[in-house]
Amino acid sequence: VIPLSSVKRRYVIPGDTLARGNMRMGNNVIRIGDRLVSTRVGMSEMIRDTVRVVPLTGSYFPRVDDVVMGVVTDYSAFAWEVDINSCFTGILPAQSVFGKDYSPSEQALTSAYSIGDILMAQIIAFDRTRDPLLSTSGPGLGKILKGEIVKIAPSRVPRLIGKKGSMTNIIESSTKCKLTVAQNGMVLIRGTDEGVALAIKAIRLIEKEAHMADLTERIQALLGRGS
Amino acid sequence: MSLIDEIGKRVDGRALDELRPVRLEVGILPNADGSAYIEMGKNKIMAAVYGPRQVHPRHISQSENAILRVRYHMSPFSTDTRKNPAPSRREIEISKVIKEALQPALLLEDYPRTAIDVYLEVLQSDGGSRCACITAASLALADAGINMSDMVVACAAGKADGKLILDLSDQEDKEGQADMPVAWMPNLDQITLLQLDGKLTQQEFAQALNLALSGCSKLYEMQKDALRKRYFGASEATSEAIE
Repeated sequence: VIPLSSVKRRYVIPGDTLARGNMRMGNNVIRIGDRLVSTRVGMSEMIRDTVRVVPLTGSYFPRVDDVVMGVVTDYSAFAWEVDINSCFTGILPAQSVFGKDYSPSEQALTSAYSIGDILMAQIIAFDRTRDPLLSTSGPGLGKILKGEIVKIAPSRVPRLIGKKGSMTNIIESSTKCKLTVAQNGMVLIRGTDEGVALAIKAIRLIEKEAHMADLTERIQALLGRGS
Repeated sequence: MSLIDEIGKRVDGRALDELRPVRLEVGILPNADGSAYIEMGKNKIMAAVYGPRQVHPRHISQSENAILRVRYHMSPFSTDTRKNPAPSRREIEISKVIKEALQPALLLEDYPRTAIDVYLEVLQSDGGSRCACITAASLALADAGINMSDMVVACAAGKADGKLILDLSDQEDKEGQADMPVAWMPNLDQITLLQLDGKLTQQEFAQALNLALSGCSKLYEMQKDALRKRYFGASEATSEAIE
């Protein structure tokens, strides 16, 4: 565990020098000569010998192992196409749902998922040369049958989760709702109508004021008043 | 009519090495992935960035890079006499040079098979609109969260009444002897656009280039302020840990 005080943070914009010399590069950092340079608007973090930038803006870019939520937009004989709120469409092969012996003549894809269905899926492969490969086999994955879905900016996802899930825990415990945050900025909320409404309010506040230092207190104040 | 008076002031009252008043704003269009607005003298320009997004038609996408598309367009009401809204030869050319001025700063290889679209709409025009466009476009790209190795700023220098001047207005551009727009990446110290319309001696060219770069430096500080205002508010770095 790294003590908080040893993490150095700074607001940066593209082109800013984060460090010089022999440091390790984290996300959104490139090396130009002996400088480590930010490629994004965000907050730089220096933890031991690694520098990374947590971006404050930008759309979702798929990464392997991310859990995402998406809408089935189309299907062919062998795969579904899923809109995962990104510049690439997710591909869910029929074989990963029906098994290796799937044959298009025997099973119709629509018997599992049809257009308009909302899926929780995991990205199992993505190397940028082809569209990201999805899988719906795993706990909590598959078709979403009930609940409310809220879309937030993907750059706000880390803030909504908070340190080790602290922020989602606060919302869950005070609204009695179950929150599922997908990495692509889609949030599934399940609970009572009043709880869901309150949770949405809290999520919108986090989205709007993600840069505020006293966000947790603000959220607690909002939820405390509502319950 | 002279462009510079006896006490060395220009038509609009500026000193020779003074920029026109500049206003920069980031994130003005909710429907764009990134956007910015610039006022530079009488120029009023909106920049919108969409992407990375899927390319249509598919065949123009590149398997190794994102493709960058830039449209510089002047609104019909942006000039004294109505401008035909159809893209003119001049607009197509300016779109091309702006694209080439922005491209070196972008890490397009991070987004293969996609397109990044930059739309620049000149709502009111004055001299040096291509420079203002580049400055605004780079802000909009940063706002869209596209990986960049540096920002890009642009500013013109030129010559009027035999004197070197910074940031030419429309009148100075038309009646002066030279106009030289320069786009520059401040941290990398690299020039991405250099055009020269008119005549300068070698010595004048070197001086004009330095003058343009000094203007760019000032604009870069304004760019930083605009992004800071949009994203960082007045608050210092947040003490809470993120994930």
